[in-house]
Amino acid sequence: MADLPKAAELIKIDHKPKAKGWMETPVNIRPGMYCYAANPKSLDYMGFPNVREWNPLDQDWKLPNNWKEILFEGIRERLGRFRSFKIFMDICVRCGACADKCHFFIGTGDPKNMPVLRAELLRSVYRNDFTMAGKILGKIAGARPMTLDVLKEWWYYFFQCTECRRCSVFCPYGIDTAEITIMGRELLNLLGLNIDWIATPVANCFRMGNHLGIQPHAFKDMLDFFEDDIEELTGLRMGVQYNKKGADILFITPSGDVFADPGTYTCMGYMMLFYYLKQEYGLDVTWSTYASEGGNFGFFTSHETMKRLNAKMYAEAKRLGVKWILGGECGHMWRVITQYMDTMNGPADFLEVPKNPITGTVFENARSTKMVHISEFTADLIRHKKLRLDPSRNDNLKVTFHDSCNPSRGMGLLDEPRYVIQNVCNNFCDMPPNTIRENTFCCGSGSGLNAGENMEQRMAGGLPRANAVKYVQEKHGVNMLATICAVDRAALPDLMKYWVPGVAVTGLHELVANALILPGEKERETDLRQEPLPGMEDGTDE
Amino acid sequence: MNVHYLFSLIAVVALCLIAFVGVEWLGLQALFGVVLPYAAVLTFVVAFWYRVWSWARSPVPFRIPTTCGQQKSLPWINAAKIDNPTTTGAVIVRMLLEIFCFRSLFRNTHMSFHETGTGVRITYRWEIWLWVFAMAFHYSFLVVLLRHMRFFFEPVPMVIQLLENLDSFFRIEWMSSVVGIGLPGVFVSGLVLLAAVTFLFLRRLLSPKIRYISLAADYFPLFLIMAIALTGIMMRYFLKTDIVGVKSLVWGLVTLQPALPETVGSLFYVHLFLVTVLLVYFPFSKLMHMGGVFLSPTRNLTTDTRARRHVNPWNYPVKVHTYEEYEDDFREKMIDAGLPVEKEQE
Repeated sequence: MADLPKAAELIKIDHKPKAKGWMETPVNIRPGMYCYAANPKSLDYMGFPNVREWNPLDQDWKLPNNWKEILFEGIRERLGRFRSFKIFMDICVRCGACADKCHFFIGTGDPKNMPVLRAELLRSVYRNDFTMAGKILGKIAGARPMTLDVLKEWWYYFFQCTECRRCSVFCPYGIDTAEITIMGRELLNLLGLNIDWIATPVANCFRMGNHLGIQPHAFKDMLDFFEDDIEELTGLRMGVQYNKKGADILFITPSGDVFADPGTYTCMGYMMLFYYLKQEYGLDVTWSTYASEGGNFGFFTSHETMKRLNAKMYAEAKRLGVKWILGGECGHMWRVITQYMDTMNGPADFLEVPKNPITGTVFENARSTKMVHISEFTADLIRHKKLRLDPSRNDNLKVTFHDSCNPSRGMGLLDEPRYVIQNVCNNFCDMPPNTIRENTFCCGSGSGLNAGENMEQRMAGGLPRANAVKYVQEKHGVNMLATICAVDRAALPDLMKYWVPGVAVTGLHELVANALILPGEKERETDLRQEPLPGMEDGTDE
Repeated sequence: MNVHYLFSLIAVVALCLIAFVGVEWLGLQALFGVVLPYAAVLTFVVAFWYRVWSWARSPVPFRIPTTCGQQKSLPWINAAKIDNPTTTGAVIVRMLLEIFCFRSLFRNTHMSFHETGTGVRITYRWEIWLWVFAMAFHYSFLVVLLRHMRFFFEPVPMVIQLLENLDSFFRIEWMSSVVGIGLPGVFVSGLVLLAAVTFLFLRRLLSPKIRYISLAADYFPLFLIMAIALTGIMMRYFLKTDIVGVKSLVWGLVTLQPALPETVGSLFYVHLFLVTVLLVYFPFSKLMHMGGVFLSPTRNLTTDTRARRHVNPWNYPVKVHTYEEYEDDFREKMIDAGLPVEKEQE
């Protein structure tokens, strides 16, 4: 593993490209800036092609002999299947409006991280093989033939894009680099060139129901452990239900929240909310061990893999006979649910149009997918005053909110989480406008790049986000960064520690659960993190 | 030395010379005045529609609009109706704003690093200039184009006359023995077009980032349009091309009775040839963004993907891991952990 440079070093970034043209500048695959190659076992389990051991740093990538042919056919097939791909290959005018919108460009200064150039890496080959101008004029028309160096460049830079879509907000033609990266990664997968941080979660999810490969009994064990913690805090056991047929609602959330802090506190938050709703209103929520993953690393592999993993959600809802599905806090999971799930694996006509039985609200916006975001659900409960809340329990926190890429630009879930935060916390402020909502910056670790070996890449990519947090930390004393994405909860603590020490990371429903007054609970002395509540610090009342 | 722009510059200069030599020395008026224009219009029309058709032929398997504002969810939350459009009407408004106002480009920001007492602060300030000059360029081009319609109609329609009057609003009356600026009325559009094209060129040349991403194919249309505007301006204000002759030539083309008036000078043929080249070049180049912007799936689709199912025409069945396979794999462990199972163990 490469050494991570100090923050003071990493921030010295030169955004001025070198004089030498980009086509003449070969890729330099640098430790710290890439993820390890996929474990062949994982690829094999999924039945992916061209499985082998290989190392990105090696000269020889052990490609199949006909690899150029495979890529050519792969591009041809996708041009015929995706209008987006075809149009985005053709209409870019290289105006450069996207150039400084990418967090990886801002954080590295590497010109090939300008969205326009990332796309040109693929476009140049497309022009060479598929357009008349490229065939006749060659390099003058911006065309270049496929070579091993070009392939390596693709691999390096398509795994240096988090598919966050920020550039697509600013593009006058709506060219979406995420779409190009998605195609690029699909093509790389045809040659067995995935990264392990994606491939192994995919295989785990396929067999065991979640990315982390938690088997059913272990999944229950982990939630039991949270039960103990919550009991210690409140004196109550939450009585989580698993795989229960005939429950009202199936709840699906990313498995990351079951596994690692601070996501675990968010997971406890869900458990406490469902306990409250069961006790007060008799709402019957079940979890599933089979569909125990909201996230979908298949999305970072290929459209087909995304569909194979996503199929579990509707299948499990059907098997259990629930009315509708509630989804937890996750980023790309919600892009998949919003823009792909119903098309791929629907129609879910065996489910009911989601209706909150407690408030009577019908979620018309989820009429077809039959799946509601927990921020929408909780915001609705709060609006109808169905939750007893004590926001002062969060008074030690000065909270800001990080909009996750996918719920922002693939959905538009912006005000629901803010409404919830403002009802469970007394101190909230937003970061500067050009860094939030549809302009939000990625955590730098999305789309399967949240590994350990590429820490420099992640810290560089997360710089714009961290810098905006630093601004509100200095200006308003913010000490807590709230988010509705499991990757964020895993990635942002490292990012904060590196760039903005003193700011912790939380999920939305950890804040909710801290404020939520459970029926019959004992007086709480600590928050979910077992840190003293405001006013409960040892003899040092403020 | 930037070979990309030099190559394009040389290409455009060569094109000018070809037309000049062809007409002045070789007497190929018929080729440059009749044959090539007809061929170019035909190529433009056929190739343009072929490109659009070939895009439209590829399906839209998923609805992937970029949402640039609050979704429509709970009734008491204000939704961004245009930036996150759920109805066809709202999508039309979003598209009209994109096409006529370059709305996304209007959002453009400029990122910069600043040293402060507590470290580096990154700022994103609103950057309007690219939008301003892009608007100026496209609209002045449109006005110039519409003005030229006076050559294609007899009598000249009122609208065109009106547009011309508006365009020459800043009429300058200034006479000298050498040049008589103002006599024909100065058209603002031509000057704005030239200024905007020059800005777009200088931006490519002077901004290190934009220079780095620019291809010859980015400079070529700029030089071409620059040359078209320059030759047009020369003819109108300085060399005083015989406008009646030009009209009769164009009118001949329109009525399919080509005529080549002797009075039209070779500069006109250079101008016409450059336009001919632009027409032919257009459908094979990035200039097709004009057609493509209408079809961009991140802008022209409704965002109500959770409320209304989108159908993928090539959706195919995939291999999944069923619950039965899962339970078979873990049944014993599930029973031991007290998790419900479908099939008890044999």
